[in-house]
Amino acid sequence: MLDPRDRTLLQASQAGLPLVADPFAELARGLGWSEKEVLERLRRLVATGVVRRVAAVPNHYRLGIRANAMTVWDVDDGRVGELGRKVGALAFVSHCYRRPRRLPAWPYNLFAMVHGRTRAETEAQRAEIARLLGDACRRSDVLYSTRILKKTGLRLGGEG
Amino acid sequence: MSREAVHLDPVDRVILAALQRGVAIEPRPFAALAQMLGASEETVVARLRRLVATGVVGRFAPMLDAEALGGAFSLCALEVPEERFEEVAALLEAMPEVAHNYAREHRFNMWFVLAVERPEDIARTIARIEAATGLDVLDLRKLEEYRLELVLAV
Repeated sequence: MLDPRDRTLLQASQAGLPLVADPFAELARGLGWSEKEVLERLRRLVATGVVRRVAAVPNHYRLGIRANAMTVWDVDDGRVGELGRKVGALAFVSHCYRRPRRLPAWPYNLFAMVHGRTRAETEAQRAEIARLLGDACRRSDVLYSTRILKKTGLRLGGEG
Repeated sequence: MSREAVHLDPVDRVILAALQRGVAIEPRPFAALAQMLGASEETVVARLRRLVATGVVGRFAPMLDAEALGGAFSLCALEVPEERFEEVAALLEAMPEVAHNYAREHRFNMWFVLAVERPEDIARTIARIEAATGLDVLDLRKLEEYRLELVLAV
């Protein structure tokens, strides 16, 4: 999927683009490439889905958003697709996935990450999801994160 | 760096919201935003630099799609006895296959993401963790993603 120059381009930019008015030209200068090649390759990587977008990644904690929770739901398998899309579209839900149940230890098949300044705010978000799911949801739980033990993020390694 | 929340003024908020959605891959990617704000590109860039310097923005970069790159991922959970929590966290910290690890308030108190090059490495890595810890790993690999573009209202 990635040719060696795509890989070089992503390795040179994934930790952060130069913070200047012409970041792609500056990146190209650093690589000894033309700006045109950087732009064309990045556009193609977006078109093929390898790059979702070129964007700023916010840090929830620094914005005062401290009540980060994984809400989990046991939703009727016949309705989870339709309802998951609705939950995923809520403004305060950052990620929403269907995952396997692992019975008896784990009965939940829908996961939605929510983020509030306080737990009261997060609980209100959870209540809104519960209303949306209605009687398709048999039970639910919430898991607040208390500590980030490791956060490397997705990075491209040096090897092919 | 202080642990306090950073104060953002309304212009910062507009810039942060716009830049989370992403920029055009053009020679002057901040020009449209600057024009909308009635500001110069230099102003936008200077504010972005401050957002990065204060840690509000972790990075401004191409966001990679894990699956489009190839590779395999799984969210996993462990129920770790409290007295062994730090020992197990250190074990996962040392494994390059573990991309993130979070402590959560629950019977399943440790949640981590495996990111490996080949799908078969997920099961192999889980087996190694189970052998090293004597604990059962819940393998909750995703079946479907209900995608949207995250834009935090701030």
